[in-house]
Amino acid sequence: MNTFLLEIVTPDHSAYSNEVNGVSVRGIEGELGILPGHIPFITPLQVAPVRIKIGNEYTSIAVSGGFVEVRKDKVVILAESAELETDIDIERAIAAKERAERRIVAVKSNQADIDFKRAELSLKKAMNRIDVHSKK
Amino acid sequence: MAKGLRDIKRQIKSVQSTKQITKAMEMVAASKLRRAQEKAAAARPYSDKLKEVVFSIASATKDITHPMFEKRPVKKTGYLVITSDRGLAGGYNTNILKKVMVTIAERHQSKDEYEIFVIGRKGREYFRRRELPVVEDLTDLSDTPSFADIKSIAYAAVQRFELSHIDELHICYNRFVNALTQIPEVDQLLPMITPEKSSAVSASYEYEPSASAVLEVLLPKYAETLIFTALLDGKASELGSKMTAMGSATKNATKMIGDLQLTYNRARQAAITQEISEIVAGADSQS
Repeated sequence: MNTFLLEIVTPDHSAYSNEVNGVSVRGIEGELGILPGHIPFITPLQVAPVRIKIGNEYTSIAVSGGFVEVRKDKVVILAESAELETDIDIERAIAAKERAERRIVAVKSNQADIDFKRAELSLKKAMNRIDVHSKK
Repeated sequence: MAKGLRDIKRQIKSVQSTKQITKAMEMVAASKLRRAQEKAAAARPYSDKLKEVVFSIASATKDITHPMFEKRPVKKTGYLVITSDRGLAGGYNTNILKKVMVTIAERHQSKDEYEIFVIGRKGREYFRRRELPVVEDLTDLSDTPSFADIKSIAYAAVQRFELSHIDELHICYNRFVNALTQIPEVDQLLPMITPEKSSAVSASYEYEPSASAVLEVLLPKYAETLIFTALLDGKASELGSKMTAMGSATKNATKMIGDLQLTYNRARQAAITQEISEIVAGADSQS
């Protein structure tokens, strides 16, 4: 079967590097499946799980603050954080989700406020982690 | 005489325990330095890649009018200064702070023309004491900081540039050459130097939604990453400088112990000689 090299790199370490059959990401404009032979392409990513297909196996990685670069020979995802299912601290994620929800309620009166955006972002990140973890 | 001997003995003991401490600190710094260097190496692929993509977009698109490339008349300058939380690191903090003060004195007349972002307790105290305008500070970083740790201050600095509160952002840190040499530097971070226009082959990407929109997202990230890399470099410098300082402290202690030991032996010898001559003189007068 056709494969390509997928690399996921964060400022702290190289999170993932493997030959894969396909990868599915959620870009700014929407869900996007990348198979071998895709044209060179760059798009920023939303905070969402990246789904990787190897053979008939699927793996998920929680990615936030990143973008994907498709090249002829490989696909690179650069992200501020990327966590495999096994690396996720589910209790911490749940706690973060509750904290973010409380903060959103607290600042709801003023939606343009930067605090609201921050709370919303951390809620997204927490839910992303929980999402990836529950797929295990 | 006997009391003098005891004093010297005590002094030797005290220097010896100091030596033990500096020796331990040297070894701790050495092992932490190795880890800091590994960390800096681990961060390199990310920043290299980001740089490559940013520059390929910027050189591919005809007219980039992103504010981060735009040179504005400079009314206010921001300085992001990286120092350490703890002392005993030789000239590490002094060097960079002196360099910052010289730069500021050269470029600015009054305190309204610049503002300071500072990382590290030493730097914060230094600027507070002199009542300089510190807008944001960050302390208690670990020796191997992660990107999330500095995200807030990096974001704040870049944000203030984007909102035109400051028109230039300089980053001040000790560049790590090796464990013995660290060079204090003041680098311009924003506005970014526009990359050379070239018809490179890398210009064949498709962008979604558009090249300028992608650049919009990537540039702040790139600036933050540069700050992070500088911080990792600063950390490595701090530990290198600490290692060298503690190494020479250990060497000085060894030398001091040697000197004191010599003085002690001489004093002991003199005491013995005197005692013998007293005995001999006593015996002589008897006979």
